[in-house]
Amino acid sequence: MTPTLAAHKPSAASAAAWTPKGKLELVCPAGTPAAMRAAIEAGADSVYCGFADDTNARNFPGLNFSPAEMAEGIAYAHKRGVKVLIAVNTFPRAGEPAAWHRAIDTIAQCGGDAAIVADIGLLDYASEKHPNLRLHLSVQAAAANPEAIGFYIERFGVKRVVLPRVLTVSEIATLNKEIACETEVFVFGGLCVMAEGRCSLSSYVTGCSPNMNGVCSPPSHVAYSQENGNFVSRLGEFMINTVPGGQPMPYPTLCKGRFTANGETSHIFEDPASLDASLLIPPLAEAGVTALKIEGRQRSRSYTDAVVRALRGALDQHARGLPINARALMALSEGATTTRGAYQKTWR
Amino acid sequence: MTPSDTAARPSLTLGPVLFNWSPEAWRDFHYRVADEAPVERVCVGEVVCSKRLPFYQDDIPGVIERLQRGGKAVILSSLALPTLVRERNMIKDLVAMPGVLVEANDVSAFPQLAGRPHAISPLINVYNEGTLAFMEKQGAVHVCLPPELPLTAMAPLAAKATTATIEAWAFGRAPLAISARCYHARVHGVSKDSCQFVCNKDPDGLEVDTLEGRRFLSVNGVQTLSDGVVNLIGDLDAVTACGVSSFRLSPHTCDMVAVAQAFRDVLDGTITGAEGEARIAALMPGVTFANGFLHGKPGHQRIALAG
Repeated sequence: MTPTLAAHKPSAASAAAWTPKGKLELVCPAGTPAAMRAAIEAGADSVYCGFADDTNARNFPGLNFSPAEMAEGIAYAHKRGVKVLIAVNTFPRAGEPAAWHRAIDTIAQCGGDAAIVADIGLLDYASEKHPNLRLHLSVQAAAANPEAIGFYIERFGVKRVVLPRVLTVSEIATLNKEIACETEVFVFGGLCVMAEGRCSLSSYVTGCSPNMNGVCSPPSHVAYSQENGNFVSRLGEFMINTVPGGQPMPYPTLCKGRFTANGETSHIFEDPASLDASLLIPPLAEAGVTALKIEGRQRSRSYTDAVVRALRGALDQHARGLPINARALMALSEGATTTRGAYQKTWR
Repeated sequence: MTPSDTAARPSLTLGPVLFNWSPEAWRDFHYRVADEAPVERVCVGEVVCSKRLPFYQDDIPGVIERLQRGGKAVILSSLALPTLVRERNMIKDLVAMPGVLVEANDVSAFPQLAGRPHAISPLINVYNEGTLAFMEKQGAVHVCLPPELPLTAMAPLAAKATTATIEAWAFGRAPLAISARCYHARVHGVSKDSCQFVCNKDPDGLEVDTLEGRRFLSVNGVQTLSDGVVNLIGDLDAVTACGVSSFRLSPHTCDMVAVAQAFRDVLDGTITGAEGEARIAALMPGVTFANGFLHGKPGHQRIALAG
C-alpha cells in the first residue's frame, strides 16, 4: 500500500511578498516584553519571542510571554510596522501535545506574523489547522540542504528557513539558488557548534535537553567553586572548565568547555567565542539571504538595545554602500573573542 | 506486520557501524554477524562521514548477500548530514537497490523515501505521536526512537504506532550530536579536507575526559557520542511491557555476537536481566554502562535494576 501524500497548497494570503526585495530584514531577540520594546526602538524589522513554557527553546525562568503579553506585544509591534515571529520550536512531548497545539492556535488567533517551528508533527498540525499562518522552519530543524528544505516547503508550505550554523557563505549562495523559500541566518550572538536540534549533550549531562525542555546547559545545573586557587565550573557532575583565580570564567556551556583527548587539553568542540558575522553582511546579502538574526533572547534589555542598534547601523551603512564598522560590536561579545563560525570553511 | 504481531517475540536490529573500521574488519564483522548473530535486521552503510565509504564500498554487495543468506533483513543506512552534491546524491543509489529497506538518517532523504516502505533512524527527531503519524503516512515501517527519549515517551509512541515497528536504542555509545566540524581532525591538528583519516585510530571512538580525568564523551569524526555505553539489557521487561517491540544494538569492537545472544536470551526468558548485565559486563571490562535516558535522568547515569 502506498499512501498518497497531499502537498501543501499555499493560500493567497500568505503568498504575498513579505520583505521588500533587496532589503535585509533584521530579526531581533525579544526575551521579555521590555526587551521587545527595546529591540523595536533600536531598529528591529522583526522581533522573535516565545511563550513562557517548554514550547520554546529559550525556556528560562523570568523569560518569555504569557498569551496576553503576546497579544499586547504584537499590537505594539504592528503599530510600529514591526513583525512578530513566535518560536514554538521544541519537540512536543509524547502523549501531551496540547500545550504545543495551543501555542500555535494562540499565534493564529492573536495575529502573530509567523510561527517558527521545528517538529514535523507540529508543522503538520499548524499547516492543516491554520493554513493561513505563515510558517518559518526553526534552526532546530537543522535543514541544511535543498532536499530537506524542499521537503518542508512541499509538505507544510514553509516560507522561510532559519539555516543551521553549518554552512559557508558560498554554500548559502548556492543553496539560495536551489530552494523556493527565504533564508534567515544568524549574524551575531551565541553559537552552536553542533547541528541544532540534533544534540543531546545537555540531556546526557543534566537530563534537560534543548529538544524536550527548551534548555541547554541550564543554570540550575551549574556550580562554581574555588579549588587550589583556581576557579572551577561544573555542569551536573562534570567539570567543564577551570581558570586561574581572578580571571573571567565563561558560562559553562558544555560544548565550549576544556577537555582532554589524545593526551591534549583544549577546547575540543568550540572556543568560548560568540558569533560575529557583521563583516559578512555584504557577502550574505549577495548570497541572497533575506533576513539576519541576532541570537540572545536570554540576554538583558540593555544588551538587546546595544546589539540591535549596532547591527541596525551596520545594515544601514551597507544599504548606503558604505563599509561595515567592525568595532561597533566587539565590546558586546561574550568572552571578548568572536568567530565567524561555519561561514568560513576553515572553521570545520 | 503490526506491533501486536511482533509483541510476542521482540526483535533485534544491529545498527550500522558508526566508526571508521578497516575494510577487512568491517567485512569480517558482518560476515560473522550473518552467520552467527541472533538478530533479525542488520543496518549497513555509512552514516557519519562520506569520505570513509570508498574504502569498503566494494564489500557492501557481498555483505548484503551474506546477511540475506543468513536470514537477516538488510537495512541500508543513509548519511546523517549530507551537504556536498555528491553526498546528497548518495540517497538515490540507496533507494535504487532492490530487496532492502532504506533507513533515513536525515530529513533530506524523505523526498526519495516518501511513498515507499522505509525505516527511520534514531538520528531523526521522532519525539511525539504527531510526528510518528506523519512518518507512518509517508511509509515508515520501522522507527528507531532517539536515544534521549525516556520510557514515559516511548510508551505513548508505541501505543499510537499503527504500521511501524517501534525500536529503542538498547546497546552502544549513544550518538549525542553531529556537526559540520570534524573533532578528530581538530584534535589531531589537521584540516577536515586533508584529515588523513585519523578517526581510524579509534574504532570505538576517541575518549574525551574532563580536566579531572573523568570519562565524559567520545568523538567519532563529526559525531559526538557518550562515553558511557547505553545498555538496556536490565530494562527489557519494562520497555517491552510498554509496547516497544525491537531493540537496536550499535556495533562496537567487543564480541557483538555475544552481546546479541545475551539480549536474545533475556528477551526469550532463558536468563534474567541481571544475568544479562553480568554477561555483558564480562564482555566489556572497564566500560561504564548507562541507562539514565530511559529513566528520564541524565543520560550518563546508571539506574540499578529494581530488587
